[in-house]
Amino acid sequence: MPVAFTLNGAPVRVEAPEGMTLLHALRGPLGLSGPRFGCGAEACGCCYVTIDGEPRPSCALPAEAVAGRSVGTVEGLGTPEAPHPVQAAFLEEQAGQCGYCLSGILVSAAALLERNPDPDEAAVRAALEPHLCRCGAQNRMVRAVLRAARAA
Amino acid sequence: MNLAFGFPLGQSGNALDLPGSLRAEPRLSRWLRFAPDGTVTVTPGKVEIGQGILTALAQIAADELDLPIERVRVAAAATPGSPNEGVTSGSLSIQESGVAIRHACAEARAIHLGLAARRAGLSVAELRVEDGVFLRADGTPVGDYASQAEEALLEVEARGDVAPKAAGARGVAGRPRARLDLPEKVFGAPRYLHDRRLPGMLHARMVRPPARAATLLDLREGPLPGGATVLRLGNLLAVVAAEEWAADAAAARVAARARWDLRESLPDRSDLPAWIEAVPTQRGEVARRDDPAPPAAHTVTRRFARPYLAHASIGPSCAVARWEGEAVEVWTHSQGIYNLRADLATVLGLEASRITVRHAEGAGCYGHNGADDVALDAALVARAHPGRPVRVLWSRAEELAWSPHSPAGLAEIEASVDAKGMLCRWKAVVRGNGHSSRPGRAKDPTLLSAGYLDPPFPLPVAIDAPMAGGGGGQRNAVPGYRVPSLDVSMHRLLEMPIRSSALRGLGALLNVWSIEAVMDELAAASGQDPVAFRLRHLDEDPRGAAVLREAAAMCGWPRAGGEGVGTGIAMARYKGTGGWCAVAAEVEAAEVVRCRRLWIAADLGEVINPDGAANQIEGGALQAVSIALKEALDFDRLNVTADSWDAYPVLRFSEVPAVELRLIGPPDAPPLGAGEPSLGPTIAALAGAIHAALGVRPRAMPFTPDNLAAAME
Repeated sequence: MPVAFTLNGAPVRVEAPEGMTLLHALRGPLGLSGPRFGCGAEACGCCYVTIDGEPRPSCALPAEAVAGRSVGTVEGLGTPEAPHPVQAAFLEEQAGQCGYCLSGILVSAAALLERNPDPDEAAVRAALEPHLCRCGAQNRMVRAVLRAARAA
Repeated sequence: MNLAFGFPLGQSGNALDLPGSLRAEPRLSRWLRFAPDGTVTVTPGKVEIGQGILTALAQIAADELDLPIERVRVAAAATPGSPNEGVTSGSLSIQESGVAIRHACAEARAIHLGLAARRAGLSVAELRVEDGVFLRADGTPVGDYASQAEEALLEVEARGDVAPKAAGARGVAGRPRARLDLPEKVFGAPRYLHDRRLPGMLHARMVRPPARAATLLDLREGPLPGGATVLRLGNLLAVVAAEEWAADAAAARVAARARWDLRESLPDRSDLPAWIEAVPTQRGEVARRDDPAPPAAHTVTRRFARPYLAHASIGPSCAVARWEGEAVEVWTHSQGIYNLRADLATVLGLEASRITVRHAEGAGCYGHNGADDVALDAALVARAHPGRPVRVLWSRAEELAWSPHSPAGLAEIEASVDAKGMLCRWKAVVRGNGHSSRPGRAKDPTLLSAGYLDPPFPLPVAIDAPMAGGGGGQRNAVPGYRVPSLDVSMHRLLEMPIRSSALRGLGALLNVWSIEAVMDELAAASGQDPVAFRLRHLDEDPRGAAVLREAAAMCGWPRAGGEGVGTGIAMARYKGTGGWCAVAAEVEAAEVVRCRRLWIAADLGEVINPDGAANQIEGGALQAVSIALKEALDFDRLNVTADSWDAYPVLRFSEVPAVELRLIGPPDAPPLGAGEPSLGPTIAALAGAIHAALGVRPRAMPFTPDNLAAAME
């Protein structure tokens, strides 16, 4: 069935058969690479997007569930020319190693700053708790989010 | 300068004299090439596995060539053009690839500058290089790399007669540098192999049996979504579809339609030490010294156990393959493209020359994970679809449960101090499976799916590299502390029910912990402070003593504890030949043990990118916190059951300790690698901290309430 929704501010329409998750749709017909597959069980954070502004995993959510809603991915945060403050801060702090977890973490970090522009460290860690980083760059990421909050 | 053969470098014509990987590949053109647009492309055989090596190698090249780093490109490795640098492992990429590129670039600079000088009728000494331009003393340009790019000047073998810049003359290497790969990763650009989309590409999923030892009896037919098809090769099952959602959906349906004969093949998880002690082994002497030793005043005899561990990379392994006639091209995030090619050739029955293996970045790699295995999967599935690229992505269950695992092990140590409180005897026996099942090293392939084909290939039992090559299970089994009587042996298991291979640190995880735990106990038994006791035995290892003193000073050793709070400290030189690292850890023990703070001091010799090295050292330490406090691979007699993040939890943001870190190595000393030195000392420091907090000395990893309760008995 066709599903229409807003993706990073623009209207999109995608054929969504049964079994197609939102992540499948984003990485497949919609051609994005930011949201990543990590587990398929909403347990690692790699696939996070915002749905109507709320950070949510996309790997197990049927694509049809976002009909009429607004989906945001890391691609919608900023560009190299005009980075989102969290993207700029992650580069300044060199917050990452392999980087595979970053797309989801940046989405959650940006959503946190939307609702709480001045979080303390505990609030940042709580917001990033659904995300796994196996390389061990978490402390840099927390510093980056706090830096982005100061810069915004 | 290396005068080991009694004559200056470069006159021998002997590649064995050349530094780093230039020994394996002396031809300069295989390491770098200039382009008319003013850039240089460096072509290492080592690969980016999330550790930032591409950036460090670019820094080295920029320095030696006097080129801005913005004009240095680093190409991903591919057969057959790239130098064969073996495997990207062992914290050796700077030592092997970096040193080769440094010398190759120094020679390339000299060759190009020499030609420019001859053409200008000047001596080389009258010229300098700035931003890739050759300048006279007055600043007049007489040539540049770009205009000489097409003169094939680098189609020569390295001579080893051009000294690279001295440490003090380097402007780029040795200073923090932003990672070249990070911007694309921060903006979600398609940089990973997982993101590769080739025209006509198909998506495949493997359908694994519910047991390691399984025979496919029957596969019920039925409709599959999205036009998906099934491929059966002996006991190997895969589904293929044009779209990824259909491949996922089809895999679930086919799994439910397959009927298998299942056989128990795994050991009893509830008593791994008993199994390890019962399996036939090959004994190897690791170190022995029989100097006269004073009589023992205090003796400690202890046995330490560790479980199987998973790599637990955040991104599951992925590969793409495409056949054209009797040749196949494979895109992989393998650590060793030539080694993979060798095993692919065996399984596919092809000449290696018909296989092209191209590296592309994957998610974080901490050793021999599923990257090589999934490359075979892709090649096998793609053979059934000639001309079409086929992308195979493993599931989370495959990544955790079917990748090679870091093997369980036991370390038994009997050690004594004399009446003066000095070590006098040390005996250690380490048992476990070998830590290498890497491909390309044996007659039979080590790739997972090879064992499920018809006929199956026998899976070789994992081996350990010799100590000269860094060792495996015996890595770091020899204490770095001076002791007159020493007897260390390794007993490698000759059966391998769970495929075992290299995970970051290898044997050092168990061995550094067990050595440091015994050192703590001997210090306590002889009434000495653990730091002072260690320092008394490090008089021949000033750099080891320096990192230990530094970590002690950073944490304010000796630190007072409190209710359930304590600090431990430990030190090791990785592999006995790599970087030194000392770690102090503070834990808080309530229902579970939580690590609150880490203080880390490391001497890694020359550091190319201090920020990158700090990232690696901290990342290794945090992975070790996760391993020490949380991780153990569960399985039953049929299969590994740790197939989800619920079943194999790793450290989360709320559990990450604060980290303070200092790199104190001399910049003019040889580089020693940053990826692995911090893991062993972190585990050991946590064990010491648990004793300080709770009065119990851990005997089995991970340091969970159950294992700590058992240690109290």
